[in-house]
Amino acid sequence: MEFFERFAVPHPSPAIYASMVAIGLTVIAILAGLTYFKKWGYLWREWLTTVDHKRIGIMYLISALLMLFRGGADAIMMRAQLAVPENQLLDAQHYNEIFTTHGVVMIIFMAMPFIMGLMNFVVPLQIGARDVAFPRLNALSFWLFFMGAMLFNISFVVGGSPDAGWTSYFPLAGTEFSESVGSNYFMIAIQIAGLGTLMTGINFITTILKMRAPGMTLMKMPMFTWSALITNAIIVFAFPVLTVLLAMGTMDRLFATNFFTTDNGGMDMLWANLFWVWGHPEVYILVLPAFGVYSEVISTFARRNLYGYKSMVASMVIISLLSFLVWAHHFFTMGQGALANSIFSITTMAIAVPTGVKIFNWLLTLWKGKIVITTPMLYSILFIPLFTIGGVTGVMLGMSAADYQYHNTMFLVAHFHMVIIPGVVFAMLAGLTYWWPKMFGFMLNEKIGKSAAWTIAISTLVAFMPMFFSGLDGQARRMYTYSESTGFGIWNMISFIGAAGLAIGFALIVYNVYYSVRYSPRNISADPWDARTLEWATHSPVPEYNFANVPQIDSIETFWDSKKKGHIMFKGDYEKIHMPNNSGMPFIMSCIFFAWGFSFVFAMWIPLIITTIGILVCMALRSFEKDHGHYISVEEIEETETKLRGAK
Amino acid sequence: MKIDHSLPLEYSTEENRLKILGFWIFLGAEIMLFATLFASYFVLADRTGSGPAGSEIFELTPVLIETILLLTSSFTIGLGIHAMRIGNKKAMMTFFAVTLLLGLAFLGFEIFEFFHYVHVGAGLQTSAFTAMLLTTLGTHGAHVTFGFFWGLAILLQVKKRGLTPETTNKSFIFSLYWHFLDVVWIFIFSFVYLKGMM
Repeated sequence: MEFFERFAVPHPSPAIYASMVAIGLTVIAILAGLTYFKKWGYLWREWLTTVDHKRIGIMYLISALLMLFRGGADAIMMRAQLAVPENQLLDAQHYNEIFTTHGVVMIIFMAMPFIMGLMNFVVPLQIGARDVAFPRLNALSFWLFFMGAMLFNISFVVGGSPDAGWTSYFPLAGTEFSESVGSNYFMIAIQIAGLGTLMTGINFITTILKMRAPGMTLMKMPMFTWSALITNAIIVFAFPVLTVLLAMGTMDRLFATNFFTTDNGGMDMLWANLFWVWGHPEVYILVLPAFGVYSEVISTFARRNLYGYKSMVASMVIISLLSFLVWAHHFFTMGQGALANSIFSITTMAIAVPTGVKIFNWLLTLWKGKIVITTPMLYSILFIPLFTIGGVTGVMLGMSAADYQYHNTMFLVAHFHMVIIPGVVFAMLAGLTYWWPKMFGFMLNEKIGKSAAWTIAISTLVAFMPMFFSGLDGQARRMYTYSESTGFGIWNMISFIGAAGLAIGFALIVYNVYYSVRYSPRNISADPWDARTLEWATHSPVPEYNFANVPQIDSIETFWDSKKKGHIMFKGDYEKIHMPNNSGMPFIMSCIFFAWGFSFVFAMWIPLIITTIGILVCMALRSFEKDHGHYISVEEIEETETKLRGAK
Repeated sequence: MKIDHSLPLEYSTEENRLKILGFWIFLGAEIMLFATLFASYFVLADRTGSGPAGSEIFELTPVLIETILLLTSSFTIGLGIHAMRIGNKKAMMTFFAVTLLLGLAFLGFEIFEFFHYVHVGAGLQTSAFTAMLLTTLGTHGAHVTFGFFWGLAILLQVKKRGLTPETTNKSFIFSLYWHFLDVVWIFIFSFVYLKGMM
């Protein structure tokens, strides 16, 4: 019995017991469903072992949506708790756990996979490649992310959630103040997911640099691919910092080292510095692909080429460099002195310049364009004013002297939500709607989509604008309640209404998926938006090999030219196509990683050693394996092509 | 699989070229990993708490031997790649075996060094400085250990399968890794040991 006591949740509540039951029932339902409909083989062959970038992309998107609802449930609980003064809905401990998991889940397990999903699906198609450079590594990336996310998510029913904030500052996150295994989950689950992300970074840089279709020079790449290239470069340089940081944090918690403690020479500010050396570039890892999506969508639906292509690329490069030089603005008040603060203040405000260039480029693309308001376009147009509110308040926060007023208040919370929701979430929803027909061969309903977009945009304003005021008035973030005399009640009530509105907006998106699966027409063309980039030149849904012939590129918008000027993109006869083989190894290895992480969280050393050996054995097996892939024959290609053309 | 005979075997297929570029990018990430360790080391180097300082525990002899062993192994793997390029499988395997043995000797001395630190009261939990020192050295040592087994696996494959585009590609990538560990060690030798002993 003693053995099992460590897995108990330290602060149980009826809600947690209810979740345990719900999770148990869902798992049983899924297992029973798979068995009843005899789908185990299908699941294994087509999804768990796949190395196809398109399927991996879709799995990323499904995971991201699931995590969006997990993080959203946390958000609703927080806003409900704060809606009225001195509320007793949650106690302080639960509130701490919920704001911590909300942050981690939304940033690392929702926004990241959403971006990875779109990148996986779109980038190889946009550059005319058959797949990514290392398809099996790509599958491993996904499964490591997925297992990291699952490990993090079981924390609230097994052993307790982390409660030291998503930044997990020491000494608060040390063993002295965070006794439960929660912060172990933080260190280890993010480590596993982070390894996957780093591999994706390497994979996509190689893919984009080496696998572009003939004729596509770097300056002829679509803007989303450019944003993916720069994002992945940031990933490769930022994520190793996180790897080291989490390893040091793990050692402090489990091996009683003194990196971040307050005695024996430990330095708590080292954690804060290293965290943000990773954390600030991470912000741009999230937002640059979003900018890429907006560039594609705005240019498509303004029916003209993107204004200022070169300045768009240059501004992204400059942003990526500056992103590594601003980290200390996250703790201006923590005593590094006026000189350091001034330098970081200036670098921070400098980022507004390239970002401003991008905003003006989008506006100038719209100018004299023949604008078509579709759902993705609506998100993009709503993004510009809303993001500007977030951006301008960011410049306010960047002024180190003034920051003493804003630091750790709801003003900051309002700022970063106004940046991340319009900046990243709108872009991901726009991208999802935009590329949906390419993924599944039918479109999402426009009417429901647009009402969802409006609901989400208005609710974002309702939820987060009041926080600017209560924050300036002194409401601290991460406080589980406040007294009535503060007068914060009314602002928080408005915020709660906004949060409920956001929930309705996201429910509308789910309804839209359901509705469109049932009623949307299936006889759409391969290019339903009349778009400009290469992914629309192949069939919907895309065949396994992407393009039967490799496209020949001679301008930024070769596909558009082929439609309007009769340029011929696909020349010559079919040739047999080399494709990678499926493999169960990434999935199995990631399952072992899950067990490894779980053993590590609970400091169970013998299982940890066994699973470590298991991981190494997987790598050795892979090294000795002979895998030369397979060929798709010309006859097969002809058959597939005829079938897909007939379906149009 | 199209093989381009105008290029060395390890570069001869498209897949091989992708793998080599990918590995260079991975080494870029490794540079950041060690850069973070070094930056943290510089921050914590003087924060010895009640434990010993670097100048009190570092000993030149084992460190010098480790340095010579590792630098020599970097030279021998270079010779191994040269032998591979001219198609001399036997010489290549010999040089790789020598490289791995030198790596093993390096690890032996490093383990001895770690025992010494713990013996003189500079364990993992003593102070921020000792934890950082052992983590930085340990990360490098873990890389060498991993490299030893990786190299062994490649050696076995070369023995069994000969010098093919796949095995030469693996050997070449492994040599990049091994040289990289050597570069990291030069930084450790200069900025951890020499700086610490001054």
